[in-house]
Amino acid sequence: MSTKPNKTKRKIDGNSFLLLITIVLFFVMYIGGMIIFSDQGFGKVQNFLNLFISNAGLIVIAAGMTVVMITGGIDISVGSVVALTCMLLAWLTEVKGIGAVPATILVLVMGVVFGLVQGFLVAYLNIQPFIVTLAGMFFARGMTAIVSTDMISITNETFLSWAKFKIYFPFGGYVNRKGVMIYPYIYPSVVIALIVLVFVFIMLRYTKFGRSIYAVGGNEQSALMMGLNVRRTKLKAYVLSSTLCGLGGFLFCLNTCAGFVEQAKGLEMDAIASAVIGGTLLTGGVGNVFGSLFGVLIKGTIEAFITFQGTLSSWWTRITIAALLCFFIVMQSVFSAMKEKNKH
Amino acid sequence: MSKLKKLTQYRLFLPLLCLALVLLVNLITTPDFFAISVRDGMLYGYIIDVINRASELVILAVGMTLMVAASGGTDISVGAVMAVAAAVVCNVLSGGQQSVNEYSNPYLLGILAGIAVAALCGCFNGFLVAKLKIQPMIATLILFTAGRGIAQLITRGQITYVRVDQYKVLGSSIKGLPLPVPFFMAMLVVIICVLILKRTALGLCIESVGINAKSSRLVGLNSSRIIFLTYLFGGILAGIAGLVASSRIYSADANNIGLNMELDAILSVALGGNSLGGGKFSLMGSVIGAYTIQALTTTLYAMHVSSDQVPVYKAIVVVIIVSLQSPQLKKGISKYMPGKKAVSRNEVA
Amino acid sequence: MESGVVLTMRNIYKTFPGVKALQNVDFTLKKGEIHALMGENGAGKSTLIKVLTGVDEFEAGEIRIDGKDGAIINRSPQEAQMNGISTVYQEVNLCPNLSVAENLYIGREPRKGGFIDWATMRKKASELLEDLDIQVDVTKAVENYSIAIQQMLAIARAVDMSAKVLILDEPTSSLDDEEVEKLFVLMRRLRNQGVGIIFVTHFLEQVYEVCDRITVLRNGTLVGEYKVEDLPRVQLVAKMMGKDFDDLAALKKEGEDTKVSDEVIIEAKMLGHKGTIRPFNLTVHKGEVIGLTGLLGSGRSELVRAIYGADKADEGELFVKGKKLQINLPIDAMMNGMAYLPENRKEEGIIADLSVRENIIIALQAKRGMFKLLSQKEQEEFTDKYIELLQIKTADRETPVRQLSGGNQQKVILGRWLLTNPDFLILDEPTRGIDIGTKTEIQKLVLELARQGMSVIFISSEVEEMLRTCSRMAVLRDGMKVGELKESELNQSSIMKAIAGGAE
Repeated sequence: MSTKPNKTKRKIDGNSFLLLITIVLFFVMYIGGMIIFSDQGFGKVQNFLNLFISNAGLIVIAAGMTVVMITGGIDISVGSVVALTCMLLAWLTEVKGIGAVPATILVLVMGVVFGLVQGFLVAYLNIQPFIVTLAGMFFARGMTAIVSTDMISITNETFLSWAKFKIYFPFGGYVNRKGVMIYPYIYPSVVIALIVLVFVFIMLRYTKFGRSIYAVGGNEQSALMMGLNVRRTKLKAYVLSSTLCGLGGFLFCLNTCAGFVEQAKGLEMDAIASAVIGGTLLTGGVGNVFGSLFGVLIKGTIEAFITFQGTLSSWWTRITIAALLCFFIVMQSVFSAMKEKNKH
Repeated sequence: MSKLKKLTQYRLFLPLLCLALVLLVNLITTPDFFAISVRDGMLYGYIIDVINRASELVILAVGMTLMVAASGGTDISVGAVMAVAAAVVCNVLSGGQQSVNEYSNPYLLGILAGIAVAALCGCFNGFLVAKLKIQPMIATLILFTAGRGIAQLITRGQITYVRVDQYKVLGSSIKGLPLPVPFFMAMLVVIICVLILKRTALGLCIESVGINAKSSRLVGLNSSRIIFLTYLFGGILAGIAGLVASSRIYSADANNIGLNMELDAILSVALGGNSLGGGKFSLMGSVIGAYTIQALTTTLYAMHVSSDQVPVYKAIVVVIIVSLQSPQLKKGISKYMPGKKAVSRNEVA
Repeated sequence: MESGVVLTMRNIYKTFPGVKALQNVDFTLKKGEIHALMGENGAGKSTLIKVLTGVDEFEAGEIRIDGKDGAIINRSPQEAQMNGISTVYQEVNLCPNLSVAENLYIGREPRKGGFIDWATMRKKASELLEDLDIQVDVTKAVENYSIAIQQMLAIARAVDMSAKVLILDEPTSSLDDEEVEKLFVLMRRLRNQGVGIIFVTHFLEQVYEVCDRITVLRNGTLVGEYKVEDLPRVQLVAKMMGKDFDDLAALKKEGEDTKVSDEVIIEAKMLGHKGTIRPFNLTVHKGEVIGLTGLLGSGRSELVRAIYGADKADEGELFVKGKKLQINLPIDAMMNGMAYLPENRKEEGIIADLSVRENIIIALQAKRGMFKLLSQKEQEEFTDKYIELLQIKTADRETPVRQLSGGNQQKVILGRWLLTNPDFLILDEPTRGIDIGTKTEIQKLVLELARQGMSVIFISSEVEEMLRTCSRMAVLRDGMKVGELKESELNQSSIMKAIAGGAE
């Protein structure tokens, strides 16, 4: 007697549906922007590339955040770690006279160490990730102030040359009023961000570590019973997140060429929102870095709208993101409640 | 030996110990820390200062204790809600102007508006947590970020001043009272809460829901209503705290009112011996915790740590406290204790 | 190692602080057999398994497995697995968000050039499941499939990883009849392939249906090892309880004279809850004790939960004392004189960190409402009353209830509900996990309460227990009420027939 295949319950795959909404939303918004602000140059190729340029750092950080959230945790220290990274870079190169390359390596190491400490507290002492990373957030922000309460601008030549380096596209240009052909460009930071994205994607899909991230997020107890080292997996996830924060901070610094205490305030919110809007479940087990990319692009588009509009205060970006986040969180919980109901 | 053990089992032992330690450190750095002088029937001194400045935190800690107890989660929007409440109060009282020397609208109206908006924030949080069952940290993250933005919008990006003597009352000292008014506001809040919790079954219900929501439902408790109430209450208390904070500086500074106070509030609850996972709670523990945090902050200022840098030390203290609460740590330590049998490995839940 | 034997455990000793969990226990498992491990609570079944699979250490004794020279000691489940011993637990340990194929290969994914080879994984998974005749789509997420299928997937994984000894810990508790049958087919297939299966269960019928041999433990010692065909059911039960069966049967005779009033307390008309219990009719009279019987999964708990509002009924009508009622929440039921002692004591019964006093008064307090707090004096009086009446063993009123033993916790919950003075008391497995002495006390109490006019619904997986207390039984099968048995029809064989149903 063979077992008949169990009739798969009519599962509304709510999560794929939400991701679809995200992607569609982005295109709708962007095209809408192109229509509304057509006379202000919203339609230029450069405008699209600017989305990536201004948000290269956020893309990297959102990738790290996605990984942590898939394990069912969260890391709200990211903004502060970015601020600390920038401040350290500035301080090391300006005050301590260290070269740009060693300084960059040092801040990346700092990111790793930070992640190790947070990861240890979450994975081995079983403290709620929220509390640990909240403490981490205050610690890093405070340390930034301890390094220096005043802003430090970077004058290091190597660093500035990195910051100014443009990569031009040989197409998609337009002729400006002076008759000169202006080609669109990006910065190396964008390339780095995209490489990181691909790297994290491959890691999540094709490596043992990546799969254990999903397993731990799906059901920690089961993962443990199946022989996965749950604690080590979680530790690595936080190390990855903080390291990517270090890298993201470096990319931020390329943009601002300075370190100051108030930098990247609220960035954690943007990263979380990007991940959630991109289809990452708050409860863990589900997430996709390319979805998070779209989350970042949506945030960037909203910012572009506010900028082009000109009269609205920049606080509106934050409020709109918060509202979008709220919407997606509510939808996620509605879909999961429906899934529970269908189970019976 | 057993007498010492009995002492340590006493509920408030840990919070009181922490307070004693911090006060000791304070005494060391500032020898005249405990010196109190009396002038015109009012008390002055470092310690009076601590008691005064801790008032908003005490109010927040009370609300936070209940939210943590019922839902096992923390509300990180309390600081932002303080700012929103302050912004509403000041703007109602100033009639929308940036700075006034007399009320444009009645004082009572301003206060009620502020508290009402704070209550609304509490309802928002409560709805997300209790009805939609979203994790409290995430749900309150929304107001944490949007809150200050909303406060900025209300004050139109500027600090709104209400330069009316009566307005400052709630934030300063008045003749006839030995301690500043904020202290009495805090005490009033604590007393009212204790009365409500002990004279009604609310305290028991909150604990029950926090410990086991399923069982609580089956014995007839409405878990979701109780959790909602704690967040509503937390919102109202944040509003009151915002009002007091605003009264001190007779203005609404959307950027700075309540800044970083969420960590302090959580820390107070944890220092009070309460589990951040919910369940049984001690309000007095949190109150003691709040004064301890304030004393700690004072110590840091006395050691010339700037206000931007203070969070570093608080973060370290939080980590130490919650680590000590962690059963994993206790297990790890007991392994190294000589003479204690190794705890039976029980990896399977 | 004897030929044909795959696992031996000899002279196993294990103590926990204050408790001798296992004393000089022997266990032998043959190749290609399904071996039941049975015993009442506290017998040592789960401890023996934990010791075998490396979850706990044991103090003395020897474990040997076929293919390995010398004694083995498993220090972790992973080590046990490497020695050829796998376990599948009741709460299926799979990751719901991952695909079937992935779950089968977590931790040992096929690789190609350092990266996971998804194509090979899918192929191997399909082959493995085909071998075991389990038909699922290996690319679908596991959460799409029922618990029964998930269990079989867990078994497939376990067997694929270490095919010598397979331990199934209460695998059928959440399955319906059809699913249990499918599981048995899989088990027999594995047995025929030479796997030794340890089947830990408390379902007598299933033991007789699928097992070859039985080992019985009692109070940490070995009672004996028997071939299934040599041991009739009654004798098995007797050995598990260490008592003579007739002792308990005598209870029933006393209660037989119960006169049941005509007054109807509860009437359910086509009451149902989607997905758990099909619309049913039930009438409960004053002073009546009605038993609900049926196999696990037949809907007994679901039926009472629908009446009480634990799972709000979405169709039909409920009448309490002749008045139609809409019950949305448990509090509605409570205010109308109902009380419910749930099946799952730990998760839905006790409020662990609260004291005995608080656990006892809480239902009454909820009825009174938030604002009318019971005075300290009242609370103490009530608590003392029930500690006395139910003989609850506790240091004092303020002891956190989690420190009490399971049986005493159950008594606390019972006291909680009795305090509300209900007209209608629902008891779902009130004696589960309780020792024989306490069981009898509770049964006697139920009969006494009924004599005093309380109506009771009594659910128990032990038919004998219900026979002793009930004057009428409702029979359920597959989520539906299929019939009733009057007092005169109450005996084991007619109940079995009613449960089995039809001409089988």
